[in-house]
Amino acid sequence: MAEFTLPANSKVVPGKAHPAPAGAKNLRSFKIYRWDPEGEGNPRLDTYQVDLSACGPMVLDALIKIKNEIDSTLTFRRSCREGVCGSCAMNIDGTNTLACTRYISDVRGAVKIYPLPHMPVIKDLVPDLSTAYAQLAAIEPWMKTSSAPPGRERLQTPEDRAKLDGMWECILCFCCTTSCPSYWWNGERYLGPAILLQAYRWIADSRDEATGERLDQLEDPFRLYRCHTIMNCTKTCPKNLNPAKAIAEIKKLMLARR
Amino acid sequence: MSLRTPLARVRGLGSAKDGTHHWWMQRLTAVALVPLTLWFAVGVIAHVGAELSAVRLWLARPINAGAMILFVAAVFHHGQLGMQVVIEDYVHHEGLKLAGIVAVKLVSALLALTCAVAVVQIATAQ
Repeated sequence: MAEFTLPANSKVVPGKAHPAPAGAKNLRSFKIYRWDPEGEGNPRLDTYQVDLSACGPMVLDALIKIKNEIDSTLTFRRSCREGVCGSCAMNIDGTNTLACTRYISDVRGAVKIYPLPHMPVIKDLVPDLSTAYAQLAAIEPWMKTSSAPPGRERLQTPEDRAKLDGMWECILCFCCTTSCPSYWWNGERYLGPAILLQAYRWIADSRDEATGERLDQLEDPFRLYRCHTIMNCTKTCPKNLNPAKAIAEIKKLMLARR
Repeated sequence: MSLRTPLARVRGLGSAKDGTHHWWMQRLTAVALVPLTLWFAVGVIAHVGAELSAVRLWLARPINAGAMILFVAAVFHHGQLGMQVVIEDYVHHEGLKLAGIVAVKLVSALLALTCAVAVVQIATAQ
């Protein structure tokens, strides 16, 4: 039956409050989800006081400052610090986004930070994305052709190339997928907006010769049609892409080939 | 615990090769219900306080009886398609899911047929 209660040990409880550094004037509190697989008990919400006058402008700057100066046990993924790698995707102030492109000044009051919603947590702000990555592998995100390879690049008109705009920019941070209630309830079978956007990226590619096969693989009440046009994906995308539109385009093609 | 790889779990039993028909019927019945619901509402409001015999006469006219049967068919078809989606979304016990979907479809078919027979009876009684 539908689950109306949280599983055991998943309720977030108040955690440690780390004191403000001495002499700091421009303080902002950060409330951060903490969970250690080696520890016992429930996840907790720790509070850190960060001196913004000695911190970079982004939420990721504050996280790095906390890890360097206050609590080295705080665990999170980060790499490029400029919105191209997707590693630091997390739920900040109630919205899935990238910590490196989110200004602290855009958040009012305490900055609440949780891991991406409804994914298994490995530790603190690090979610387990192995199912999502397997879903990416399942749509076979590479060019498939049967024609003999040309002796040079595969050509594409500028118009056809333009059809990929708004899709190649996806960095697979999974902010959209983990914001989707349909994915929360049926994430094992529904591919989710990030993967469907990737699927459409190859369906829309004029050089690809496997469009029909790709549509065959998506023709499924769960893989594709769990999308109920909720639009959380498009609303939350930190790169301002539109996965909901890509999904609508796939549905249109499904209809066109009937 | 399962030792299957994530890819094996995700590929699962493969694509059902189905789903577009369900999705398209849901849209089609939704669009059909826009004019039909308007017609139904106008028809009911126009007969507020009218005699029963006048309402029966109105409904017995072929155009109204036809529209009413179409309205009933669209309502229950659309309703059961939507309920199926809701059950598939939220009920994760395979047996309960199947039972729920079958029950919704049977009840919808019964109610739709009951309404249609009633309309035919009224139409033929005049």
